[in-house]
Amino acid sequence: MNRLPRSVVAALAAVPAAALAVFFVWPFATIVSEALSGAAIRDTVTRRSTWEIVWFTSWQALLSTIVTIVIGLAPAAVVARFDFPGRGVLVGLLTAVFVLPTVVMGAAILALLPDALDRTVLAIVAAHVVFNLAVVVRLVGAMWELLPTDMEAAAATLGASRWRVFTDVSLPLIRPALTAAATVVFLFSFTSFGVIRVVGATGTRTIEVEVWRRATQLGDLGGAAVLTLLQLALLGVVVAWSTTLQRRHSRALGLRLRSPRRVPSGRSEQRVVTAIVVGTFAVVAAPLAALVIRSFSTPTGWSTAAWTDLGRTEIRPGLRVGVDPWNAVVNSLTTAVWATTFAVTIGALASLAIAAAGQAGRFLDAGLMLPLGTSAVTIGFGMLITFDVAPFDWRASWWLVPVGHALVAVPFVVRATLGVLRSVDPDLTAAAATLGASPTRAWYETVVPYLWRPLAAGAGLATAISLGEFGATSFLSRSGGETMPIAIERLLGRTGSILQAQGYALATMLAAVTVLVVVLTDRVQSFTRPTTSRRRG
Amino acid sequence: MSALEVIDVGVAFDGVTVLDDVSLAMVSGDITALLGPSGSGKSTLLRVIAGIIRPDRGSILIDGIDVTTSPTHRRRVGMVFQDNQLFPHRSVIENVAFGLKMAGVDRTSRQARSADWLDHVGLHGFGPRTVTELSGGEAKRVALARTLATEPAVVLLDEPLTGLDRELHDHLAGELSTILRAAGTTALLVTHDPEEAATVADRSIHLADL
Amino acid sequence: MRHHRSHRSFVGLAIASAVLAASCGSGDGSDEASSGDTVAVGAPPNEPRTVTSGDGVEDVSGVTLVTYDSFPEADTSLNDALDRFTAATGIDVQILVAGDTGTMLSKAALTAGNPEGDVMWGIDNSFLSRAIDDDIFEPYLVGGIENIPSELTELVPNGEATPVDFGDVCVNYDIGWFDDRGLEPPSTLDDLIDPAYAGTLVVQNPATSSPGLAFLLATIDEYGTDGWQAYWQALGDNGVEVVESWTQAYYERFTWAGGGPTPMVVSYGSSPPAEVIFADPARDDAPTGVIADTCFRQVEFAGVLRGTPATAEARQLVDFLAGADFQNELALNLFVYPANTTVELPQEFTDHAVVPDDPRSLDPVVIDENRSAWIDEWTELVLG
Repeated sequence: MNRLPRSVVAALAAVPAAALAVFFVWPFATIVSEALSGAAIRDTVTRRSTWEIVWFTSWQALLSTIVTIVIGLAPAAVVARFDFPGRGVLVGLLTAVFVLPTVVMGAAILALLPDALDRTVLAIVAAHVVFNLAVVVRLVGAMWELLPTDMEAAAATLGASRWRVFTDVSLPLIRPALTAAATVVFLFSFTSFGVIRVVGATGTRTIEVEVWRRATQLGDLGGAAVLTLLQLALLGVVVAWSTTLQRRHSRALGLRLRSPRRVPSGRSEQRVVTAIVVGTFAVVAAPLAALVIRSFSTPTGWSTAAWTDLGRTEIRPGLRVGVDPWNAVVNSLTTAVWATTFAVTIGALASLAIAAAGQAGRFLDAGLMLPLGTSAVTIGFGMLITFDVAPFDWRASWWLVPVGHALVAVPFVVRATLGVLRSVDPDLTAAAATLGASPTRAWYETVVPYLWRPLAAGAGLATAISLGEFGATSFLSRSGGETMPIAIERLLGRTGSILQAQGYALATMLAAVTVLVVVLTDRVQSFTRPTTSRRRG
Repeated sequence: MSALEVIDVGVAFDGVTVLDDVSLAMVSGDITALLGPSGSGKSTLLRVIAGIIRPDRGSILIDGIDVTTSPTHRRRVGMVFQDNQLFPHRSVIENVAFGLKMAGVDRTSRQARSADWLDHVGLHGFGPRTVTELSGGEAKRVALARTLATEPAVVLLDEPLTGLDRELHDHLAGELSTILRAAGTTALLVTHDPEEAATVADRSIHLADL
Repeated sequence: MRHHRSHRSFVGLAIASAVLAASCGSGDGSDEASSGDTVAVGAPPNEPRTVTSGDGVEDVSGVTLVTYDSFPEADTSLNDALDRFTAATGIDVQILVAGDTGTMLSKAALTAGNPEGDVMWGIDNSFLSRAIDDDIFEPYLVGGIENIPSELTELVPNGEATPVDFGDVCVNYDIGWFDDRGLEPPSTLDDLIDPAYAGTLVVQNPATSSPGLAFLLATIDEYGTDGWQAYWQALGDNGVEVVESWTQAYYERFTWAGGGPTPMVVSYGSSPPAEVIFADPARDDAPTGVIADTCFRQVEFAGVLRGTPATAEARQLVDFLAGADFQNELALNLFVYPANTTVELPQEFTDHAVVPDDPRSLDPVVIDENRSAWIDEWTELVLG
C-alpha cells in the first residue's frame, strides 16, 4: 500500500538496465554469434595450441592457488588470533596490494626478481601470490576468528599437539573459507591478463591473452570469440563445483561472536608470530620497494633520469616509442573522471531501484554483477566487435573506454550503497508517511539521503578500478589515447633500456595514485558514518 | 460519529494469527490505552490503523471514512513511534514542520506553528538543534510535537514511555496527559504498564478483550 | 588503526604533490608542424579535421598520418619536408605512431571505416593483401604516378594504395664483434642454425613487425612451405631471440646500434649506409654487414584511409609523399629506396648499401592465402 509506485521504480531502473543491455548483453550476443559463424569453432577446437593454452592456463592458476593458500594460512591464523603492533598496517598493506593495478603488480615482480627469473612461470606465480594473499588472509582469517578458542583448548587437553590441533580441529572447520578463498584466487589467476602480458615472455599465453592476440594482432575474431566462450564454460564449471563443495562442508559453528584476540605469550609463540608477521610484510612490501628502486636504475647506472626524462621516450633523434607517458597520465585521469561519473550515476540509480523493487530487484542486481563474472577482456572484446556498424559506430568515440570501465565498476558501487540503503529503518519511511508524505516523497526524504556517503566510497573504488584497468582498455584504446597501464606495459617490454626504467617510474606513480584514492575513500567512509537516531537516556 | 472505528480486523504472519477479529471504537477526544503483554499484537494493530500493515480482513474507518485501502499519507493518522524515528538529516524545527510542509503550508506559517508546538511540549528554543544531540525525553517530545502539529484525526502512540528511567517516565507521563488533553486529540496509546495507562489515558482496554 | 591510516594518506598526498610538481615541467615534445604564416585553405568538399595551432590564433586544417614506430616524429629532414608541405598547402600534419607495421595494420583493420588517422604510411607487400581484404584504404591514383616504376604499381592494380619505397629485409651483422672473436660471420640462412652462432640472432615477431614477417617469408622461400618449420625449430634451439618491433631489435638488442647483447639482427640492406652516415666519430667504412642470402624484397605503400573526413587533404598529402621533395629525404631517414625514379640517391647510399642481385620474394597470392596460417604456426613453433 505504501510501496513506491511502479513508475518510479521503473524510471530508476531504466538507465542501468538499458546500459547493461546495450553495453554488455548486446556485445556478449555478438561474441556468441561471432563464435558460431563460419568454421571458427571447428578451427579452434582442432588447433592443438588451443588445448595447450587451456592446459597452461589451468595449471598455472592451480599452482598459484596452492602456493597462495599455503603461504597465506600462517598470516591468516596470526592475524585472526593475535594482537601485535602493526597488525592494522599489515592488514591495510595487504588490502592496498590487492587493489593495485595488475600491470603495477607485474612491474613490481619484474623489478624484484633477477633477470634470469624474469618472464618465467615462476614470476607469474609470484605475482599472483602477492596479489592474492589479501584474499586468503581476509576470508580465512575472518572464519578463523569465529572458531571458538575453547575448542582448540579442549583438543589440547585431550593430548593433541599444536600441529594436530591445527590439522584435526581447526583446518576442517575453516574448510569452507579455504574453499571460498581458493576459488577466488583460482578465478583471478585463471583470468589473469595484465600480469601475464607484463611478466610473461612474448609467447606465454593464457586463454585471455590468446583472445586478445587473436582479436587484435591476427584479426581472427571468430577464434577469439570461441576461446572467450570456452573460458566462460570452464569458469562456470569451477564455480559450480566450488559452490557445491562449500555447501557440503559448511557446518554451523554455533558461536557468532568473534573470539577475542590476544597478545602472543611465551618466547616461542612470540618468535613464531614475529617471524610470520615479518615474513608476510617482506613478501608483500619487497616487490613494491623494488619497483621504486628500479625506477632509479638506468643502463648507465643509478640516476633519476627515468623520472626527469619521463616525457622523453626517444630512441634516436626523432624516433620515439609510440606512447607518450605524460599523455597517458592525462588520458588515465580523464578516463577515470568520466568512468567514475558513469559508474556513480548508473550505480546510484541501480541501488535505489533494487532497494525499492523487492523481489524483482534481484534480477537487476544479478544482471549488473554479470560483467564482473565475465572478464574485462570479454567486455572489451565484445564492445570492440559490436560497435563498428553505423549508427552504432561508437568504436572511435571518446566515451567508449570510460563506459567499459564503468561496467566493471558498477557492481562495486552497488555493493557499497545497497547495504546501506537496505538498512534504513522502514519505520522512518513509515513515520514520514504518517506525516502526509506520499510514498515517493517519503522514500526521497528518508532513504535517498543515505545514498551519498556510501556513494562517495563507491566513487573512490570506481576511480581506482578505472585507473588500473588494463583488459578492456587493451581492446578499445586508440593510438594516442593510451592510458597509463597500456603505456607501462609497452615501456616495460623494452628490456635493458632506460625506457624500462621509465616504465617502473610510471608504475610507481600509478601505484601511488591508486593507493591514495583507496586511502581517501577509506577515510571518507569511516569519517562519515551514517547517523541514525539513537536511543538516549 | 466515531473518530476511529476498527471492525473485525484480522492479521496473520506466516500462518501465525496475530490479530483475530479485533474491533474497537473511539469517539473524538478519547484517550484510550491499549494494554497487553509483549508480542500480543498491540503494535501490529497500531500499524494496521496507520496503514503500514495491510489487514487480511476487516476495515478501518477514520471520521466515518473507510480508509482500509488508502495509503498512509492520506489517512490523517499521526503516529509516535517507540524509537521516535526523527529524521536525522533535519533539525528539530524541520522535523516538527515536516507534516505541515507535506500539507502545503507556507514557510512562515510553518515556522510559527512549529515553534508554537515546541513551546507546547516544553522545548522552547530547541528549533535549530540537531536531533542527534537530544536526550531521550527531549526526542520523545519532539516526536510528539511533530505528530500533533499536523492535527491528525487520530494519534497513535507506540509504547511512548517504555525504556525511559523512572523519574523521566513519571514526569513525561503527566506531561503527555496534559498535552493530549489540551490539544483535544483522539489518541490510542499502546503500553504494557497499567499504571502508565491510568495516568495518561481516560480508559484502558485489553487487546485480549477486543 | 586510525592514525596508521592518516599517516599513510599523508604519505600518499606527499607523493601526489611530487607527481604534480614534476608534471608541470614537461610541456615539450609537441610535434605539431609550425604554422606561423599558414595560408588558410578554402572549405574542401568534406568536413576537414581542424587543428588549432599552438597559440590558438587561427584554425588550420590538418591531417593525421598514421605510421610505424621507426618513422621520426620530429627533428629530421623528413619532418622538415612535411613542414614545407604545410607551408605550401596550409594543411597541418600530425604524426600518429601506431607501433610496428603489423600492429599498425591490425589497428587499422579493426577501425576500418572509422580510422585513427587520414593517411597511412608504411604498409608493406607482405601485409598488403590483408589491408586490401579488410578494406582499410580508399583507392586513389596518386598524382605523379608515372614516376613510380610499373613493377611496383603492379602490386596494387586497383590503386588502393601507392608504392612509396622499397628495400630489402636482410640479416645485418656487427663486423667488429665477429672480428674480435675471430669468427667468420654467417653467409647463408643455413649458417644461422649452426651451433657456432648460438644466441647471436634477434628477430621480430611476424605478427607485429613487417621485417619480421619478411624474414619468415624469406625462410619459406628457401625451405618451402613444408620445410620452414624444421628450420625455425632449429633456430629456436639455437637460441634466437624474438622481440616485437624493429626499433626494439635494432636500437636496443643489436650490439652496434643499440649497445645490446646480440650481434645479428633482422634489419635492412640499407642499414649499413645509415651507420656510416650517422657514425660519430666519422668513418668511411660500414661497421655492419649484410647477409645477402637472407634478403627479402620489401615494398612499402601509403594510402588514404577509408572513412576519413578529410579526403581532399589526405590525397594532397599522398601526392606529396610520393613526390620528389619528400622522396628525396627517404634514403637518409628511413633507409629505404625511394619509389620515385626522379630522385637521386645520396652518395653514401650508393657507396655502402648492399643491393643483392637476386633478393627473395614470394607470389603475393600465395602470401595472401597462407599468411595467417603461417603466422599461427610460427607462433606455436617459436613462441609456444
